Amino acid sequence: MIELDDVVVGYGGRTLFDGMSMSLPQGSFHFLTGPSGAGKTTLLRMVSMELRPSSGRVRVLDEDVGRLDRDGIARMRRRIGVVHQDSRFIDHMTVAENVRLPATVAGQSEATADAHLAELLGWVGLGDQAAQHPPELSGGERQRAALARAVILSPDVVLADEPTGNVDWDMSLRILDLLIQLNRLGKTILCATHDLNLIRQAKSRVTSRVLRLKGGRVEQAGIDL
Amino acid sequence: MRRPSFLSTDPTAARVVPATGFTAALTIVSSAATAFLAVFAIALSLAAGDLATRWETELAGTATVRLPAADEGQDVQVATILEALKQTPGIGTAHRLDDGEQAALLAPWFGTDLPLDSLRLPILIEVTEIGDGPDVEGLNLRLEAEAPGAVYDNHGRWRAPLAEAAGWLRKLGTVSLILIAGVMAVTIALAASAALAANGQVIDVLRLVGARDAWITRAFVQRFTLRAAAGAGAGTLIGMIALLLMPGGAETGILAGLGLSGVEWLWPLVIPPAAALLAYAATRAAAARRLGSAP
Ligand SMILES: Nc1ncnc2c1ncn2[C@@H]1O[C@H](COP(=O)(O)OP(=O)(O)O)[C@@H](O)[C@H]1O
Ligand SMILES: [Mg+2]
Repeated sequence: MIELDDVVVGYGGRTLFDGMSMSLPQGSFHFLTGPSGAGKTTLLRMVSMELRPSSGRVRVLDEDVGRLDRDGIARMRRRIGVVHQDSRFIDHMTVAENVRLPATVAGQSEATADAHLAELLGWVGLGDQAAQHPPELSGGERQRAALARAVILSPDVVLADEPTGNVDWDMSLRILDLLIQLNRLGKTILCATHDLNLIRQAKSRVTSRVLRLKGGRVEQAGIDL
Repeated sequence: MRRPSFLSTDPTAARVVPATGFTAALTIVSSAATAFLAVFAIALSLAAGDLATRWETELAGTATVRLPAADEGQDVQVATILEALKQTPGIGTAHRLDDGEQAALLAPWFGTDLPLDSLRLPILIEVTEIGDGPDVEGLNLRLEAEAPGAVYDNHGRWRAPLAEAAGWLRKLGTVSLILIAGVMAVTIALAASAALAANGQVIDVLRLVGARDAWITRAFVQRFTLRAAAGAGAGTLIGMIALLLMPGGAETGILAGLGLSGVEWLWPLVIPPAAALLAYAATRAAAARRLGSAP
């Protein structure tokens, strides 16, 4: 469940969202579109608690995230997997260690995490890159590593900010496939993308809705993209 | 009692902090350097204390009665003086220096083949004082009456400035120890701050994947505490070896007292744990500051 209620956000005096509301039920699959600069990343950053609206309420998984303390935010982030547009890693650790990091900081034993890890890395096509370091990866590989890291704890909500921005069509389909599988497990998916082909592909396989950001409001886009 | 978190072993936690790089070297080298200096500050402080004590005690508790040379009747006068001394409270022993002892006293200045007989030397009576010593004024009045010319001298004129200098030396040793400890604390704190600043991306990534502040702090504290302890250990060892190799003996003058002896060698061993404690506190403080601004 993701709920924005009358949120106001601005950067340096310019208001981006002025009293915006939306509500996505648990287990739904939404695409977020809109022109560059419309505020897709900003919206996702509010849900991932990286950005606090100057007013209004953000509720995720039945929690008013504005009321969480720092430990509460940390705990909450283990239930929200985020793939950023420009994902950052710990560069001196291997790809495998980076992907496992959410499990590590959550105190899971390496054995538990490693059972998932190999499969997951294979899934995003990074099986051979497990022992490399993030700076050695291409842009697309970084995005796949970020996706693997986002889902290793099997989070209840997955936020993806243009996850197919740097990958070829085959890999886009694999990433979509992973998101669809997660959604079938009951996870809420919110995916910002420009890629209309990807949205069409998804619509043929999963019940998904398209939200369009325009002029600081969210509107449901028609099915006929 | 809870185990201090820097002692708990979580190899994965510490691994998120890079093991190499500029700030790692900075922490190790700066704690090694300050530990090395701290060894010498300790040695200086102990040596200053020893020297001050020696200055204070060597002259204290002794006095001399000087009787000018005369042609006759000296032995009677000496006997009178010794009797007077015996009756004076605050006097321990008194004994007249014989020719041999007097020659030995003068040898450093005039050589050994001094014709003592042809010189008219004053007679010296060496006295040890007990407690606070005698009433010098009263004693001198009595000597004046019974053995004219005899003077009781407790070296007070020499002792006062030396005791004052000794006090200063002690303070100097303490102050240098405090300064070095302060420099060490500041250096380690700065190194910890610099390292945390340089690892800003690590901290941000950890926060985003759900690490709690305590977990992040522990990771950094573990690394830095071990680093500071290792650096300080190396610096202390090198400092102690340098002290050990320093040429000893009276010939080295002012440096003569600057070694360590016996249990004094245990003092520098305090340095590495102290550095570790400083690093622990400094890293916790720096981490708290840095985490305050992490998303
Ligand atoms: N950190 C920031 N500081 C100032 N302005 C920002 C910041 N982040 C985003 N913006 C501005 O907010 C608007 C929305 O940005 P963003 O949410 O990244 O849009 P989108 O992801 O849809 O391209 C843009 O005009 C952008 O310039
Ligand atoms: Mg964006």
